[in-house]
Amino acid sequence: MIWRVLAGFMLVLILAFVGFYAWSIRPEIPALAETPAPSSFSPDQIKRGAQLASLGDCTTCHTTRNGRPYAGGLPVPTPFGTLYASNITPDRETGIGAWPEDAFRRALREGVGRKGTHYYPAFPYDHFTFGSDDDIAAIYAFLMTREPVRQLNRTPDLIFPLDSRLFAAGWQLLFLHKGPYEADASKDPDWNRGAYLADSVGHCGACHTPRNFLGAEERGDRFGGGTGENWTGPALNQSSPAPVPWTADQLYAYLRHGFADQHGTAAGPMQPVVSNMQKLPDEDVRALAAYFASLEGPQEAAARERQAKDAVEFAQQREVKVAGGPATNATIGSGGNSDDANSDGAAIFAGACATCHHDGRALPASRPTPIGLSSVVNEPTPTNFVQIVLNGIHPQPGMRGPLMPGFAGALTNQQIAAVASYVRGQFSKQPAWQNVDKAVSSATRQQASAESAQ
Amino acid sequence: MTAHRVSRRLFLSTGGALVVGFAISPAVAQPQKPEQNGDAQADTAQQLPGSLQKAPYLDSWIAIDAKNGITVFTGKAELGQGIKTTLIQCAAEQLNVDFAAIKLVTADTERTPNEGYTAGSHSMQDSGTAILNAAAQVRGILIDLAAARFNMAADQLKAQGGKVTAPDGQSVSYGELVTGQDLHRMAQPTSPLKDPKDFSVMGKPVPRIDIPGKLTGGAMYVQDMRMNGMLHARVVRPPSYGAQLLNVDTAAVQKMPGVVNVVRDGSFLAVVANGEFQAIDAMNALSAAAEWHETAQLPEQRDIHQHLESLPSQDQTIDDRGDPNEQGVRVLKARYSRPYLSHGSIGPSCAVALYHGGKLTVWTHTQGVYPLRNTIANLVHLPQGAVRCIHVEGAGCYGQNGADDVAADVAVIARAMPGKPIRLQWMREQEHGWEPYGPAQSASVSAALDDNGKIVAWNYEVWSNTHSTRPEGLPGVLIAARYLEHPFQPPPPKPIPMPEGGGDRNAIPLYTIANSRVVYHFIPEMPIRVSALRSLGAPMNIFAIESFMDELANAANADPVEFRLKHLDDPRARDVVAKAAQEFGWKKDAKLPRGLGHGFAFARYKNLAAYCAIAMEVSVEHETGAVKIGRVVAAVDSGQAVNPDGIRNQVEGAIVQSASWALYESVTFDRKTVTSRDWSSYPMVRFSLVPESIDVHIIDRPGEKFLGTGECGQAPTQAAVANGIARATGVRLRDMPLTPAKIKQAIGV
Amino acid sequence: MISLNVNGRQHQVDVDPRTPLLYVLRNVLKLNAAKFGCGLGQCGACTVLVGTSPIFSCLTPVSVVAGRPVRTVEGLGTADSPGPVQKAFIEEQSAQCGYCIPGMIMRTQALLERNPSPTETQIRAALEPNLCRCGTHMRILRAARRAAKSMTAGAQQQRRPT
Repeated sequence: MIWRVLAGFMLVLILAFVGFYAWSIRPEIPALAETPAPSSFSPDQIKRGAQLASLGDCTTCHTTRNGRPYAGGLPVPTPFGTLYASNITPDRETGIGAWPEDAFRRALREGVGRKGTHYYPAFPYDHFTFGSDDDIAAIYAFLMTREPVRQLNRTPDLIFPLDSRLFAAGWQLLFLHKGPYEADASKDPDWNRGAYLADSVGHCGACHTPRNFLGAEERGDRFGGGTGENWTGPALNQSSPAPVPWTADQLYAYLRHGFADQHGTAAGPMQPVVSNMQKLPDEDVRALAAYFASLEGPQEAAARERQAKDAVEFAQQREVKVAGGPATNATIGSGGNSDDANSDGAAIFAGACATCHHDGRALPASRPTPIGLSSVVNEPTPTNFVQIVLNGIHPQPGMRGPLMPGFAGALTNQQIAAVASYVRGQFSKQPAWQNVDKAVSSATRQQASAESAQ
Repeated sequence: MTAHRVSRRLFLSTGGALVVGFAISPAVAQPQKPEQNGDAQADTAQQLPGSLQKAPYLDSWIAIDAKNGITVFTGKAELGQGIKTTLIQCAAEQLNVDFAAIKLVTADTERTPNEGYTAGSHSMQDSGTAILNAAAQVRGILIDLAAARFNMAADQLKAQGGKVTAPDGQSVSYGELVTGQDLHRMAQPTSPLKDPKDFSVMGKPVPRIDIPGKLTGGAMYVQDMRMNGMLHARVVRPPSYGAQLLNVDTAAVQKMPGVVNVVRDGSFLAVVANGEFQAIDAMNALSAAAEWHETAQLPEQRDIHQHLESLPSQDQTIDDRGDPNEQGVRVLKARYSRPYLSHGSIGPSCAVALYHGGKLTVWTHTQGVYPLRNTIANLVHLPQGAVRCIHVEGAGCYGQNGADDVAADVAVIARAMPGKPIRLQWMREQEHGWEPYGPAQSASVSAALDDNGKIVAWNYEVWSNTHSTRPEGLPGVLIAARYLEHPFQPPPPKPIPMPEGGGDRNAIPLYTIANSRVVYHFIPEMPIRVSALRSLGAPMNIFAIESFMDELANAANADPVEFRLKHLDDPRARDVVAKAAQEFGWKKDAKLPRGLGHGFAFARYKNLAAYCAIAMEVSVEHETGAVKIGRVVAAVDSGQAVNPDGIRNQVEGAIVQSASWALYESVTFDRKTVTSRDWSSYPMVRFSLVPESIDVHIIDRPGEKFLGTGECGQAPTQAAVANGIARATGVRLRDMPLTPAKIKQAIGV
Repeated sequence: MISLNVNGRQHQVDVDPRTPLLYVLRNVLKLNAAKFGCGLGQCGACTVLVGTSPIFSCLTPVSVVAGRPVRTVEGLGTADSPGPVQKAFIEEQSAQCGYCIPGMIMRTQALLERNPSPTETQIRAALEPNLCRCGTHMRILRAARRAAKSMTAGAQQQRRPT
């Protein structure tokens, strides 16, 4: 009896699988006979495409460090293995030069390549799907007018059996909600513009929204905080760790210039996002700013102001004086073996960090924002803090910008952990970070292996 | 200067009787009394070579002691340009001794001749020439002395390896010869210089004597000086120009650990402590406690050139030939500009001073120990004879950085604390914020081409502040002097006259143009503090001229190199142009992919010094406007090349430095104060951005005058970069810095 | 009292634990090579090694390196007997004013210890934190390449059976 039930069950599974497999087959869209000439696209369309590509930050994934723009090759690490971004220059053989616009649109909307291959969602088509037809056409026009580069795409390095494209197809079946974007009638056009840009081309949720165990974004917790490239993308909604509630003006300044008063400077993965976004027109940046400002929740203006004022006061009061402050009287045992980790951290901070991170009344010079106002020290985990301490913050060579040296190698794991705990206690009202040691050692290990791979 | 074969009899007869009584004391040039030496300006109708004109006595330059130790004195300073080594090469060659036999003493107001400033690429022209000739003349004297001793004809004797030898094997060492004799005799206008064919050390790439010490922890810089009981000082500068110190509670700072003294004189504020970090802590505390009344109002940075051009100016027409209104068949016009540039010395300025027994000694990396000494004497109210300035190396200065100011600062402090050696180190923010910058400049040019593609008319105007506020005795040019309770006023700035020029340096094109008018608008008012930056006005003027030459070549459908040769008559200029083009592999009408361009430029520094032509590959990334420089080839003619490796080093460095100026650099300021205070706010080139390769080809001219090298590469580099960008992208940028944002804006999507 | 290990020698220094290592090296231990360039970790003139890592000694409080092996240029060799990296820099005449060069030497040393045959890109990336104002970069790169070659050759020599 039981065997018949099992047999029936197996039959259903097989049928379901066959059905799924049949569903997953996507037709090839025939290649163009000739790559479209750049003159076949209107300059306005190309310009708009450039702006959108700038917001979409295509170049950050689709260009290697010393490689030609959009020629691909950058390894994209995921929990399931490493993928390699593809060549999206209009080269006929190795890029998208033979792709008709239909195929490009299908790729962005449905995550399927010209020949019918399913893409892994490391390519965030779950966001690009929301792009409008016009915008997708503009991006197509932009890419088709770039310099063609001959560079073969690399096959992904995924854990078996995930290297079968069926898994990508399955993932799409479960998690892909196809676009285009549908406006929220209860909100004004500006808000919708911001939401549209953020959710489609901007794909902000890819780093700032948590994902489930299969790597799909939790739509119920949008902008509740996520991860990207060994950093965390902090929550941008009501769980935002920023002590001063972000105003639209501050968000605009951050996205446009990479720096916002009462918040700080763009660091880590946000640095290339901001610098590559430079082509996006001001109105669009303002729309994005307004959208994100609205996510922090319906707080009335007076309450927000009070919160900001309190945060600023707290941060200023906690600043370390550059020449003798609360930390300088702390002593440290030889080799840093003091039992009181906090006093170690305080002493290290006073000597290593306070030269720049001080109360601002010493040498007049460009000075960082008070640490107490930074999101980084108020986030639930010390991940971003540790990344910044290890790597520092560096402007592009030859460009002006905040410059913080990295302390990898100078500070031991134990010392970094001590500083992290001290900073959290000194500059944040949040409870102490847990598992700081573990966070530090895994970050330094990651950094060491990245360096040796260079 | 060609080698002279002066007959011995002629040489002796003009010299007259030898003076007796040479110095027995260790190598100190005989009682200098530089003033005496100065008065003893050669009153011969003929000019003495180089700085011998200013210090004509041979023993000002060369001393030989009884043990055969040879000391050479120079009034110039080692700035990192390798001059110490080169001068020793000159002396060793002409004295026919080993390089290692010579000890060199540099710029010291008590020991060396007064050669003014080590600047303007004059070291070889001035000091090299003097030492070359003095050494040759001393060699001649030694032979004559030996001839007298051996009772032989001078032409039978050889001076070599520290002794004079006769054909029969007799010999006498230099030291024995001059014992009891005096080299205190005036130099002659001509010298028995060796034939360059016989050179064994000049013209050779002798390794620099200072490099090993610098690379193995030797105490080589003024920053490394340590004296018994030395104290560490820091100044507190105001937040902006002209701010007045209202209040500062020094009592709390006096109690900080290690603090010995707080010095306040009006708005001049400094602290002295036992330990260096204690001094820094105290400086920060003082800075936090100080209250200032700020008054500075700076112009809007975005409009700085318009602003400068609107200020009153003293206009000089420095070139006026034919009819510059000649129209030709095609007229082109353009405007060019450059911002304020920082010297950005990698080691902020430092000085040590001791006031003891009524005498003030200052160890300083100034470029001019004598003018500085005179200025400091006036600043601290001491007679000149009571002040001694000794040059000790600092980091590269590239003109007037903070060196003179920090020396003045420490002099004020030391004067207030007799008996205590004081070491004052400026902070990075102070060096960046207070040094006198290279002035912002703008130029406007128009030219007419005839139907043969030749330039028939040229009109050029350049606007600039002075390029020198160097101290020349009046203290008011230095920061300390302006903030004292009884401040000194700055003297009105004066233009540096042509043919050297300041803002108008290289404003007159070397090209043969029948009709030409060049006007220099000298602007005395300086909203931002400025002074000499390496090569002064030349980089800006050549940037304009050489960019414009390319624009004209384009309009005439001519190859840039051919176009230049068409207008260049000076054969040595033609040679460097041809050499650079040839070594680069310059191809007329080269078909290059989009984003890659070849840039070419040429200049003769000051139109009378070294020749330099540069060709380079420039790539521009279309998507970002980022510039990468590939292969660079330079050809240089510095006259007689004493140390070819030194020339290469200087030109390579000039190219990297100047490309950085052109592509990335500008001082920034808001309405109140300078805001570029460190390397994050004043970026410069880093390793990822330096050119792929630089090859410097030297055209050696044995026997020719020294033309200097330190500044010849700056000017053509900037134009070569701009020309390369223009060819790579099809767009012409004329306002430095040529940033990626500007380039991307110009090239569009 | 803070216990320091510098160039293989033990020292006990009595300074405020906040004091940047740079000032202890220069003023207490009288070592000249590491230089003050900015005090902000932006220029690298102060670069020394802790273990095998290059650090900015201007921003590293001496307490942080207590008990850890610190190396400066002085520990690599002397004018009479320069180490391989110093030798390469001297042979290439890799200096103009020379102020930044000790920092360059230490960073080169750290690079070659980790990666004995670096590519041009890797050398440039390793030296990126260090500034040179005189424009000596081309020679510094040549010296680094030369040092890599000589150190690899030296290592090979050692491995050859005698």
